[in-house]
Amino acid sequence: MPVTTWRIAGALAGAVTAALALLPVAATAQPRNELVVGMQLEPPHLDPTGSAAAAIDEIVYANLFEPLVRVDQSGAVVPGLAERWSVSPDGLTYRFELRRGAKFHDGTALDSGDVKFTLDRARAADSTNAQKAYFTPIANVETPDPHTAVVTLSRPDGLFLFHMGMGDSVIVAPESAATNKQKPVGTGPFKLDRWAAGDRVVLVRNPDYDGPKPALERVTFRFINDPAVQVASLLSGDVDTIPQFGVYEQLGQFRSDPRFTVMEGTGEGEAILATNNARKPFDDVRVRRAMAHAIDRKTLIEGAMFGTAKPIGTHFAPHHPAYVDLTGLYPYDVAKAKALLAEAGHPNGFEATLRLPPPIYARRSGELVAAMLAEAGIRLKIENVEWAQWLEKVYRGKDYDLTIVAHTEPLDIGIYGRDNYYFNYDSPRFKAIDQQLETVQEEGKRNELYAQQERIIAEDAVNGFLFVIPQITVQKAGVQGMWKNRPLQSTDVTGVSWK
Amino acid sequence: MLGFLARRLLSLALTAWLATVVVFVVLEVLPGDPALLMLGTEARPDTLAALRDQMGLDRPVLVRYGGFLAGLLSGELGTSLTYARPVAGLVAERMVVTGPLALMALALSTAIAVPLGLWAAARQGRAADWGVMGFGQLGIAIPGFWFGILLILAFSVQLRWFSAGGFPGWQDGVGPGLKALLLPAVALALPEAAILARVTRSAVLDTLREDYVRTARAKGVGRAAVLWRHALPNALIPVMTVLGLQFAFLVSGTIVIETVFTLPGLGRLVYQAIGQRDLIVVRDVVVLLSVMVVAVNFLVDAAYAVIDPRPKVEA
Repeated sequence: MPVTTWRIAGALAGAVTAALALLPVAATAQPRNELVVGMQLEPPHLDPTGSAAAAIDEIVYANLFEPLVRVDQSGAVVPGLAERWSVSPDGLTYRFELRRGAKFHDGTALDSGDVKFTLDRARAADSTNAQKAYFTPIANVETPDPHTAVVTLSRPDGLFLFHMGMGDSVIVAPESAATNKQKPVGTGPFKLDRWAAGDRVVLVRNPDYDGPKPALERVTFRFINDPAVQVASLLSGDVDTIPQFGVYEQLGQFRSDPRFTVMEGTGEGEAILATNNARKPFDDVRVRRAMAHAIDRKTLIEGAMFGTAKPIGTHFAPHHPAYVDLTGLYPYDVAKAKALLAEAGHPNGFEATLRLPPPIYARRSGELVAAMLAEAGIRLKIENVEWAQWLEKVYRGKDYDLTIVAHTEPLDIGIYGRDNYYFNYDSPRFKAIDQQLETVQEEGKRNELYAQQERIIAEDAVNGFLFVIPQITVQKAGVQGMWKNRPLQSTDVTGVSWK
Repeated sequence: MLGFLARRLLSLALTAWLATVVVFVVLEVLPGDPALLMLGTEARPDTLAALRDQMGLDRPVLVRYGGFLAGLLSGELGTSLTYARPVAGLVAERMVVTGPLALMALALSTAIAVPLGLWAAARQGRAADWGVMGFGQLGIAIPGFWFGILLILAFSVQLRWFSAGGFPGWQDGVGPGLKALLLPAVALALPEAAILARVTRSAVLDTLREDYVRTARAKGVGRAAVLWRHALPNALIPVMTVLGLQFAFLVSGTIVIETVFTLPGLGRLVYQAIGQRDLIVVRDVVVLLSVMVVAVNFLVDAAYAVIDPRPKVEA
């Protein structure tokens, strides 16, 4: 009896293997109106108004959901669901005129009631919008007619319009708001076809879109966590493009391969050596400056980022007009660092802990920063933590000495003026400029104020300012229209096509 | 026999209950606030409080444990914090990937390991035996995720026979689905096969030394018949035991392999849920998996009775 059983089992196994080998090979050449995009992280759900997860915005922003105004590739505010808008001279009243043909994916027309619903929901007491602060300046929203929404603020807010262009501010309908997490209903040029959780999200062109129709019929976002598999999926042809490509050490291979193109742009992720300014010995500016002198950004970028990142000397994105290059403020000088430490009462250096979150830039930079600071006598113990731990202990608990993290929110220098922020930095000078920024609308004047703030935090060496995370897109030759720079978290595929 | 099964059944229930306690305590101690993780660094305290309230995170520990246990006993799993969907639905959706994957891996590893082990035992000390032992050593030493990446490089990047991970779903028929599962199943099966082959070899060698085998040979039974008909059936008990234990390794192996091959299975669900601190999904799925592992071992115990029909001497 066992003899026959094993023979049958063996024969079956052989037959199955043979049958599978004969199956047609997966079609690697996609039809030219489809695109497969590789993403590292899968979103927890698809409602950008209910989570801070960047992975949500990266799929739905501009593609599936639209805000009143949109932020384009250059970071400028352009029309979104509002064709036009006007701001009263006192900066308190915003009048938005909505696109007349705009429709939600369930067929209902967009009107000013939806705008009022969205904004009121985001600022309500039980709101779970991750960026509720964007909406708190709103005093009330009026709807004089179905195509006009008038928003009145209780105080002027220079960034209000920009904030209304973020993923957290997309317009949703009262009928579908509660179920957007699983079945997102937006007004965008694409709509959800299916979400195979754990594997992919498929968007299809929305035939009823009132604006210019996208060239792509179908866009598949596939979630590939492992760096080696990301590379393999590009090479095997399974994936057409990976925006935010993070396997820097493999870029050479793709640059020299004619089947691929590599785009290198800038983004908003300032990687910093965040420092607990309230904790000894980091409460002494001489210690913080000593650390700044001990860090060699050039070697750091070569070693941790394979030369792909741009150095920064303050907390600002280099592509912004208000950016001031302060990278020369503390030139790499170990002797100077040691002298400053001695002056601060640490002739033999000291010991501290460096907590590192999971991203590769943080882990790799951490090793190098620890080695560099050791040269100056600062001996760091590295502790690797998960995001959940980082948020709870470092960010909320402020229980840390040093950490490395990228701050990805656009125009976020204002965090240095916040009370009880995890840097524990308190500068009356900085806060005074914050006050002015709240009321100033004029671009040039605002940039001048930002520049002053950039200098203050650099002089105080609040944190170690390292580099900006590069925005690297690797794609098959022939894909055109992907964003090169990323002023916000979005993979806008509405303008993508094949050559 | 019945007493034996009753005792095993009781230990099954006890193990399952212990699993709920361990999982709950570990998740309680683990730092990380799911609400904070969802809302990120810019969230205001009142927004966080509102979300924590919606998620029911602020209720006392014992109340939450009680609710969890009561839910399990009534056969109802919780609702995922991140996906905002019932866990039962999520699990059902993922089982159609993980179930076939685990079965394929189990079948593959058995189909490879048992004949190899027999072959090695029959040629003890010769080249074939050394070869199989070497394969065993290698298979145990190679980490599954690394072997998975090697398979992708060979069969997806170079030969282009398979996709580099991903799962098309079953809606287009069984073929494409099985094809997508083949490489991951091989990656899962190899280490299992390596262990199983070594166990089969030594179990068969043990039975080959038994008197009845010598008797069989003495009365002129051929080599192959001795091996398959006399030695193998009696070597099956240790093999079955190891197979049962391997089920647990298979389940934990799917967490790694499904992540490498981006398969939407139960393992990937748990992996993502831990990162997102989706406590409800983690605890429900871990308890479910523990029950499955315990149940499989129970079935293995029951199978001994079938393989070895000699009456049990009650202790």
